[in-house]
Amino acid sequence: MAAATHAAHAPHDTLRIKRAGLWLFFFSETILFGLLMSARFFLEGIEREHLDQALGVGITSILVTSSVTAYMAETAIEHDRRGEAMWWLLGTIALGFVFAFGVGYEWATAEFSRHEAFGTVFFTMTGVHAGHVLSGVGLLALVAIQLGRGRFSSKEHWPISGTIMYWHFVDIVWIFFYPTLYLV
Amino acid sequence: MYALFSVASGLGTGLIGFYLGLGLVAIVRGLTGHDAYDEQVSITFGYVFGLIGWLMGVGMWGAWGREWFGLRTYWRKAPGWQRYFTFSPDHKVIGLQYLVTFIIVFLLAGLGAMLMRWELMESGMQLFNHDQYNAVMGLHGILMVAVAVAAVVGGLGNYFVPLMIGAEDMAFPRLNALTYWLIPPVAAMLLSTPFLGGIEHGWTAYPPLSVVTDSSQVLFGLAVITFGLTSILGGLNFIITIIYMRAPGLTWGKLPIFVWSMFVTSWMALLYTQGFAVALLMVLLDRIAGMSFFNAETGGDPLLYQHVFWFYSHPAVYIMVLPGFGIALEVISHFSRKPLFAYRYAVGGLLGILGLGGVVWAHHMFTSGMPNYLHGPFLVATEAISIPTGLVFLAALGTIWMGRLWLRTPMLFGLAVIFNFACGGVTGIFLADVPTDIHLQDTYFVVAHFHYTIVGGEIFGLFAGIYYWFPKMTGRMYNEKLAQLHFWWMFISFNVTFFVMHWPGIQGMNRRIADYPESLENVNLFVSISAFLLGASFIVFVYNMVYSWIRGPVAEANPWAARTIEWQIPSPPPVENFPEPPLVKGHPYDYGVPGSVHAVFPGAATLPAGGGGGQ
Repeated sequence: MAAATHAAHAPHDTLRIKRAGLWLFFFSETILFGLLMSARFFLEGIEREHLDQALGVGITSILVTSSVTAYMAETAIEHDRRGEAMWWLLGTIALGFVFAFGVGYEWATAEFSRHEAFGTVFFTMTGVHAGHVLSGVGLLALVAIQLGRGRFSSKEHWPISGTIMYWHFVDIVWIFFYPTLYLV
Repeated sequence: MYALFSVASGLGTGLIGFYLGLGLVAIVRGLTGHDAYDEQVSITFGYVFGLIGWLMGVGMWGAWGREWFGLRTYWRKAPGWQRYFTFSPDHKVIGLQYLVTFIIVFLLAGLGAMLMRWELMESGMQLFNHDQYNAVMGLHGILMVAVAVAAVVGGLGNYFVPLMIGAEDMAFPRLNALTYWLIPPVAAMLLSTPFLGGIEHGWTAYPPLSVVTDSSQVLFGLAVITFGLTSILGGLNFIITIIYMRAPGLTWGKLPIFVWSMFVTSWMALLYTQGFAVALLMVLLDRIAGMSFFNAETGGDPLLYQHVFWFYSHPAVYIMVLPGFGIALEVISHFSRKPLFAYRYAVGGLLGILGLGGVVWAHHMFTSGMPNYLHGPFLVATEAISIPTGLVFLAALGTIWMGRLWLRTPMLFGLAVIFNFACGGVTGIFLADVPTDIHLQDTYFVVAHFHYTIVGGEIFGLFAGIYYWFPKMTGRMYNEKLAQLHFWWMFISFNVTFFVMHWPGIQGMNRRIADYPESLENVNLFVSISAFLLGASFIVFVYNMVYSWIRGPVAEANPWAARTIEWQIPSPPPVENFPEPPLVKGHPYDYGVPGSVHAVFPGAATLPAGGGGGQ
């Protein structure tokens, strides 16, 4: 937008700028998740209540799989295969919903309450993370709608790439949260 | 009309969002078998939706939101002064929006300080009851923290960083506009807290009090989390702008020192602001969802709050004061007509503060009951931070040394930063050392100390910057005599107020408490009177600024004959900043070096307006 009014200047490499901005946002978010993780160890040390291990492994593998499908979607749009990219995006959205549903099931069946310390950190950490997953699903849905209207191509697909970077980031956060909550 | 339309549509959609949030909460709670309305839950969700509605209505929907759905974006254009009330991408508009907003907030918060000093003139309770005093004190604290964090960074930083690095705008103009338009709801929410019981826990909001107090705490938490978002996104924008948008030839070693200070500050804001937000999120969860972060009965620990909170709030003091250092060094070099002494060491000092700033937070907690083995490391780290700070002072003093000082108002304020912060630094040693800190903790000694560092270091820097760049921002010159009157009046009454305030602190007078023993009445009366004088000095400032902006004489493009890029273009700068892109040749501070020049405009027919070498 701004670039159009400033024709006198050489155009900046906007893709690089956007990507760097997203990385800084991830840095900042890392501190947020890191503080929540520190709170878990500060309050509960290495204690843990009983959790459904099968469910934990299940939702973790679903989220990791969704990162693979997201990657496939990005690869497909880079090669201008729009239809294929659409299917991978929809698959990622579905896996994201399954993950969120799994977290909800865990919440409903948990053997501890939110009024005690472990429950507090468990519900807060999974809640903040699931909120990020759902916002990622929302972003994926937005780019999928635009893809359906024929917007992206191998030359111009930053919204898809950015959303999928975000998706990978949220996935990596869970890679740290999962052992912190389920395995310690 | 445009202005009214823009703000009114923001308020309208904000209200719609707020009621949408209330409705959603009512539906979900109704379905799960609760009462449809719960004050705290409903306000929280209503606020989140209302905030989004406000942003979209005020212009973000047209400029940004439409793009998410693949629609064409547009900007609402408004002529003249009315553009300051729109969602504008222009960093110069946003800079002035920030600056004027925060000067108003500064004056309101200062009024709060006057009321507190009125109450403290005599022992016993006169003007307020205890709750009212606490409400005023909390409001003064959080508003002044907001001013200190955002006035220089958001105002002068937004306006001058792109100009000083020769960029046409910030890297993310729409994000920049977003960060400003989050501020009005924050200010409105904070200012409404006294009418909902007041924030009686002060700006630090320690639990357990903040968990059990009135629901104005919910407003406080939401406002501060929103403000944190502003700070983080603003910091992100500055970092990317400074890395990627510099003019050709402007290497890191030639970057003006103010830009360096903004760069370091932005990293601090980006990395640490989460702490305050997370701490208040935990308080909100304890209040709203009945969680147990801070309830010791069910396994929580109030100390967790202090750790998370100070993890941000100590680096926050560097977010506040480093831009002040940057402005001070900038004006000291320009007004000493000398190259900035030890430029590389000064930059190293700033980076050193960035590195050490994150590992000193527990020095606020020496009396909190945290484990004793933490005392030593945090004492040492805190004292070590005086080394990089000393490098900044070295640069300032070396620049003044043998310079031909041009004592105009910006320079006076710049020198005052150095003087005041030295006083604040010396008293800081007593608070960093565990034995003396245990005596001085939570007394007026602390109050005097942090007012010396933040007001003396940053607010004086803010005024240095405002006077220095006033002709560039407005195209008019301020009245020098009134400005010098403001300086001497403010400088002397500030020093008298806060220097004397150390004394009741050493005597054990508690901060945050509305009453004190009668034996301290005389000294408190003296402090109150000089505080009123300090407050009155801003009348001169406001009169000078308003009158000069409207009626002042037209300023030259470069009244200070300064070399940095922002002075080489007309005042006020054109919308596109640089009709011809600048090319940087030399160091910004090479005053007196024959034949040297900082920036040239290769495409322009005429030579730059001034600031060549040999001056």
